[in-house]
Amino acid sequence: MGSEHTVKSFDEELRRLDNMLAEMGGLAEVQLQSALEALIRRDTEKAAEIVANDRRLDHLEAEVDQHTIAMLARRQPMAKDLREIVGALKVASMIERIGDYAKNVAKRTAAIAEMPPVPSAQTVVRLGGLAQQMVKDVLDAYLSRDLDQAKSVRARDRELDALYTSIFRELLTYMMEDPRNISACTHLLFVAKHIERIGDHATNIAEIVHFLVTGEMPADERPRQDESEMTIVTAHTTGGEN
Amino acid sequence: MIAMQATTGRATDAAASPVPAFMTRDVCVFYGQKQALTNVSLDIHRNQVTSLIGPSGCGKSTYLRCLNRMNDIIDGCRVTGSILLDGQDIYAGSMDVVHLRARVGMVFQKPNPFPKSIFENVAYGPRIHGIAKDKTELEAIVHNSLEKAGLLAEVKDRMDQPGTGLSGGQQQRLCIARAIAVQPEVILMDEPCSALDPIATARIEELIDELREHFAIVIVTHSMQQAARVSQRTGFFHLGILVETGDTEQIFTNPRDKRTQDYITGRFG
Ligand SMILES: Nc1ncnc2c1ncn2[C@@H]1O[C@H](COP(=O)(O)OP(=O)(O)OP(=O)(O)O)[C@@H](O)[C@H]1O
Ligand SMILES: [Mg+2]
Repeated sequence: MGSEHTVKSFDEELRRLDNMLAEMGGLAEVQLQSALEALIRRDTEKAAEIVANDRRLDHLEAEVDQHTIAMLARRQPMAKDLREIVGALKVASMIERIGDYAKNVAKRTAAIAEMPPVPSAQTVVRLGGLAQQMVKDVLDAYLSRDLDQAKSVRARDRELDALYTSIFRELLTYMMEDPRNISACTHLLFVAKHIERIGDHATNIAEIVHFLVTGEMPADERPRQDESEMTIVTAHTTGGEN
Repeated sequence: MIAMQATTGRATDAAASPVPAFMTRDVCVFYGQKQALTNVSLDIHRNQVTSLIGPSGCGKSTYLRCLNRMNDIIDGCRVTGSILLDGQDIYAGSMDVVHLRARVGMVFQKPNPFPKSIFENVAYGPRIHGIAKDKTELEAIVHNSLEKAGLLAEVKDRMDQPGTGLSGGQQQRLCIARAIAVQPEVILMDEPCSALDPIATARIEELIDELREHFAIVIVTHSMQQAARVSQRTGFFHLGILVETGDTEQIFTNPRDKRTQDYITGRFG
């Protein structure tokens, strides 16, 4: 990060902050990866593990909070340093949220495993893969302060939203075709929604990277649209009759 | 606006005026052969606090002293470029320097009250500049200035006691009262809080914010936090050059120049 501070211990504190964020990011990635694997394999044991592991992320976030608040008080940082520290504070909370959503996916997995498989599960797994790549890339972008990589993550959120919207339609259609699908489909829909939210947080982190590097938030309106909010699937389009 | 009002009431209608109080262009200052400032161009706006920051020896005080021709009294000091106060060249032969220093008041690092009573410290300026037409008016001005400087309540029962008997923070507010008693347009402050404790500093900062309503204020400070707290505009000097000026918020969150960044984040070796 450029030249060193006159006060060396300040640099050490900033490095420590970076390490904490790297650890959080790594953990969140593993949690998400495991959650998706557990979903595919209908592995309830693994899902329970993921739920238990989430505490570690909560602890780390609390540590980051403490460390940043102490730094703000001690150093009264300015300019780039101020952005670094406030940025870390925000990114930590976003990583923690990503962890929460991974945990929520794992919780749903326990229920889904009890029910007959739904064909859409494969598309949801694909959605998960996209989100996972976004999270991985945005954490890399954050740790290396790579603006281009952050921009590419931000651009990919649209793709994720589009896939989510199509899953939403698909699941709604199954539910109308056969009410016995409703339970499994609802759980799967929640999983998809959690994954879509993970993508939003990855995008938020990308915006923080932009802020860290340039000093400004991205100027253009965020390219995000979850069309499921406006999606209606009527009974007769699916051929259902009552 | 008629001329007489213009000298005494200028500050009040200033907010509407887009013309800066000071317009300085290509200001260079030499101490003998040594050049201390190079081509400094900066506007000082009314109803704003402009803070000047930069490492020791970069020329902040030198620049400040140009604005009320305090450099005139330094042997071998030469100033070039243009410095306009309300469009008037303050280095023009026709400029009355004594009057200029009333229009552009100064507050120094170390409070320097005269060894006289509190009342006399404030009354001195209005008296020599013939601002008050009688004793009642003079008393009103002293009263008013002490009030504006936030000192009145603390000294109103001891106006005849020596100003030097006040605490450091009170002395500095007395000096501010003395500066505003002559109804200046601009107040220059060179590290006005560096000899004060945090509470006295906070009171001066609060005062600066209030005074902004009536005056243009320029403050030199070594405290980034202070500059960030009290000013709306900030200029960063380095090696006699004005490296960057901008809105204070921008300078302290997102400076454009690497030298500014390095200085305010404590990266200068
Ligand atoms: N009276 C003088 N005679 C000769 N050189 C001077 C004089 N006053 C200042 N200088 C030189 O001019 C340069 C700028 O000095 P100035 O006092 O303006 O710096 P400054 O930014 O106010 O520093 P500080 O933060 O230490 O008060 C310095 O190199 C200083 O040595
Ligand atoms: Mg100085």
